[in-house]
Amino acid sequence: MLSGGHLLSVLIFFPAVGALALMMLRGDDHKFIRSIAMLVAVAEFLFSLLLLRGVPIGSSGYRLEEFAKWIPAPPIHYHLGVDGISMFLVLLTTFLTPISVLASWSSIRHRVKEFFVMMLLLEVGVVGVFLSLDLFLFFLFWEMVLIPMAFVIGIWGHERRVYAAVKFVLYTMAGSILMLVGIIWLYNATGTFDLPTIQQMLANGQLVLEPRTEMLLFLAFFVAFAIKVPVFPLHTWLPDAHVEAPTAGSVMLAGVLLKLGTYGMIRFCLPLFPDASHRAARWVAVLAIIGIIYGALVSMVQPNLKKLVAYSSVSHLGFVVLGIFAFQRISMQGAVFQMLAHGVSTGALFLLVGMLYDRRHTFEIGEFGGLSTPMPKLAAFFLFVALSSLGLPMLNGFVGEFLILLGTYQRHWGWAAWAALGVILSACYLLWSYQRVFFGDVTREKNRALSDVSLRENWILATMAVVILWMGIGSPFITRRTAAATQTVMDQAEPQWAYEAAARVSAMPHAKTVSLHVTQTMGVEKLGVR
Amino acid sequence: MFPHAIDVHRVLPELIWCAFGVLVMLLQPFVRSRQFFTSFVHGGPGFYGLVQSDLFSFFFRLLVGSVSFLVVLAAGPYLDREQLPVAEFYALLFFATAGMGVLASAQELLTGFIGLEMSSISSYVLAGYRRDSLKSSESAMKYFLLGSFATAFFLYGIALVYGATGTTRLDKMALTDGTSTLLKLGLALILIGLGFKVAAAPFQVWTPDVYEGAPTPVTALFSAGPKAAAFALLLRIFATVPAATKYWFWAFWVLAALTMFSGNLGALAQTNMKRLLAYSSIAHAGYVLVAFAAVTSMAQGGSEEAAPAYAAVLFYLLTYALVMLGAFTVVSQLGGAGEKNLSIDDYAGLSQRQPFVAAMLSIYLLSLLGLPVTAGFFGKFYIFKAAVNSHLISLAVLMAINSVIGAYYYLRVIVVMYMREPSAEAAAAGPVPFPLGVNAVLLITFVGTILFGLYPNPVINLILRRNLLGH
Repeated sequence: MLSGGHLLSVLIFFPAVGALALMMLRGDDHKFIRSIAMLVAVAEFLFSLLLLRGVPIGSSGYRLEEFAKWIPAPPIHYHLGVDGISMFLVLLTTFLTPISVLASWSSIRHRVKEFFVMMLLLEVGVVGVFLSLDLFLFFLFWEMVLIPMAFVIGIWGHERRVYAAVKFVLYTMAGSILMLVGIIWLYNATGTFDLPTIQQMLANGQLVLEPRTEMLLFLAFFVAFAIKVPVFPLHTWLPDAHVEAPTAGSVMLAGVLLKLGTYGMIRFCLPLFPDASHRAARWVAVLAIIGIIYGALVSMVQPNLKKLVAYSSVSHLGFVVLGIFAFQRISMQGAVFQMLAHGVSTGALFLLVGMLYDRRHTFEIGEFGGLSTPMPKLAAFFLFVALSSLGLPMLNGFVGEFLILLGTYQRHWGWAAWAALGVILSACYLLWSYQRVFFGDVTREKNRALSDVSLRENWILATMAVVILWMGIGSPFITRRTAAATQTVMDQAEPQWAYEAAARVSAMPHAKTVSLHVTQTMGVEKLGVR
Repeated sequence: MFPHAIDVHRVLPELIWCAFGVLVMLLQPFVRSRQFFTSFVHGGPGFYGLVQSDLFSFFFRLLVGSVSFLVVLAAGPYLDREQLPVAEFYALLFFATAGMGVLASAQELLTGFIGLEMSSISSYVLAGYRRDSLKSSESAMKYFLLGSFATAFFLYGIALVYGATGTTRLDKMALTDGTSTLLKLGLALILIGLGFKVAAAPFQVWTPDVYEGAPTPVTALFSAGPKAAAFALLLRIFATVPAATKYWFWAFWVLAALTMFSGNLGALAQTNMKRLLAYSSIAHAGYVLVAFAAVTSMAQGGSEEAAPAYAAVLFYLLTYALVMLGAFTVVSQLGGAGEKNLSIDDYAGLSQRQPFVAAMLSIYLLSLLGLPVTAGFFGKFYIFKAAVNSHLISLAVLMAINSVIGAYYYLRVIVVMYMREPSAEAAAAGPVPFPLGVNAVLLITFVGTILFGLYPNPVINLILRRNLLGH
């Protein structure tokens, strides 16, 4: 059954079954509850490894598709499928979930059962988003992600948790409801919610959107995704949510939830509205570059370590957005890789910051200092992860950023130059904060007796470090598998200017005179230029 | 030797069945038409076109019938707790239900007026049913004064419409051209009268006070039953009479926008659960009016292409009624003797004190918010779809903005229930008992909410049938 037709459904609903089982559980044996959650999460990860077999290298299009009728009017289908891009994002999700479960092993002490139920439900929603090929189904899972995350922030977070949770939900919902209007509008134009069908209609010219309509639709989708990413002026929910969330919440938020936005851009914005995407690319790139530099600068002056990591996410995801909207194959590959790399490295950074918090109950950099003396292992891991995050060659952050900059340069050297500034800045803020936290003398007496990493933490960090290193060295393992899918997206995102073409065809009778006129004026202009 | 009354009571259901069986047998020789016995499916006009028994009225009869059934279930423990007389309550409730039924099946304006009065007058009494409570009396008084005012508008409107067209029957009115100013004026007055009943802005100011003062099961009834019935008549008038359809699109557009904003913005500042839900019910009337704007924007309101917009209205009213009943039942039960614990702060830490109740209330609130996997999501979805279908993008965007405003105050309640610790006295008082009848209401509404949230097909198919309005 697993390798057969229903692997994707199993992947989506297995954690839901686990969550249901946990909910049914009577009694309050924390250890038992944690073990069950861990078991479910690990089993889910193992299932998801089967995807690697299901999506062969070089295969384009969606694999392992599942299709069932759900609601006849309007026709909504249960349509799942996976390609090279979504496969790795699912793997990232199923990898980070057990890590988060393990990370909350001892730091979550009250309402333990509910916490793990929420973590598993979160996994259901996220995996569902990555695997849906029906716009309606996609929207369903997209909204489903909100509630568990809001609860995780709001119940198990820090002091201003309720504020952060409500802000998170309201921001995301504002975008997604507009997206719903966009989805329905698109349905009105096409008569279907099925993504592959719509793509086909676009490809063979059955569906031609007027430029203004296309731009509005593009914006309806783009704003929803941009809030999630978050792209520069829409990012204000992120620092609050990150700082207030418990460690596991931050890991999932940074590691996976932000990728929902960039994934949405790749999967929906570009292929569905290629012309509008190309038209908007310049503006999006400007916002992305502002985000890269702004995020880095704010990180630099942050006295709060967790906020620093949060703002670094704004900066790093600016790279991803830039890579997507540069419309180069290499930069698109880089964007996909950077999504995965950022998920692992920033997830690891949040884990480390969470470990510091467990010991000292503060995120203030000023409260730390000289920590490498009492905890050398933690310091070593932190350095390793920080280096990967700032893009040291051989580690995972480098591959993504390099590919993105390479591709962006082909598009416009200025974009690449400005973005490269972000790479330098990221080295500044990470190394500077590392120096203030770990090097020098121990400035606070309290810090002198801090315990180094426990066995459990050691395992978590070692796993993360191995993955970081492997992604840096063995990056072809990933890029070879995403190549075909990114190529497909690039082909679909090829601007067709279909509306203009259609208008030209309808203006055929006048074509001769017009073209004559055009050549004449062009000739004149050329002369003028010379 | 006669059986004791109590013995009869013990076998009452069987007796009722037997009575109906005997009735059918007795009638059979005298009735020629086979359809008499199955007539509610094979509908048609009755009383020379005064009422219309079609799928549309079937749907609304079923709806108001279910609503009053659930209110009966929920009201028992409430009446015991508040020590209120029982029999009159049920009698008034049934009269009100009958009135709503008439309202929904009326094909003629005066019949509609009778239905309106039947349901309204019973409602006035029900609102003031807690005679010793000041708030309840205030509620009844306000409802009565403003309600009769609205009825006067409605009646005057009928008079003008009759003057303009020479008929009060909707099907005949549909044949008139309807360019006369008199007819437009009459329809405007009818719109105002019914606008009061459905609490559309700017005729909504009575709602929070009345909803707050009325006994909570009655509030549940108000928010679900009369509103649905009034919407039914409004839909029948403004969707079937071309004269009404043509000129009223902008009126509904403005009404919808105003109603959504006044409801949602009003709800933001509320600290009392009943008032919060009252404002939210105003907002939801606004969403339904968006679908009305979609219906009336079509050239021919009764035509085939408007069917999805009708379906949106009907489906929304159904999902909304389910959720409101559930939510008000929870509020009624948690209110405690004398309805003291109505503040949102009283819900602090409910998830720890009574996890089941908190979960139920959260589901209802999420459905009101319109989150997927709940019926409310599909309700909103179909309305969005109807609006976009009619190219009312700006109205759809306004509705989207309102949904986000709404999300804030629904979330606030959930936040209080799940993310705040219970107060010391609440924790000491122990859980509020939830008797079987109340739990049954919660379960039915919960199952309905989730079922229609996952699989709305049966209802949608039913109301998408062709001759929904019997022609």
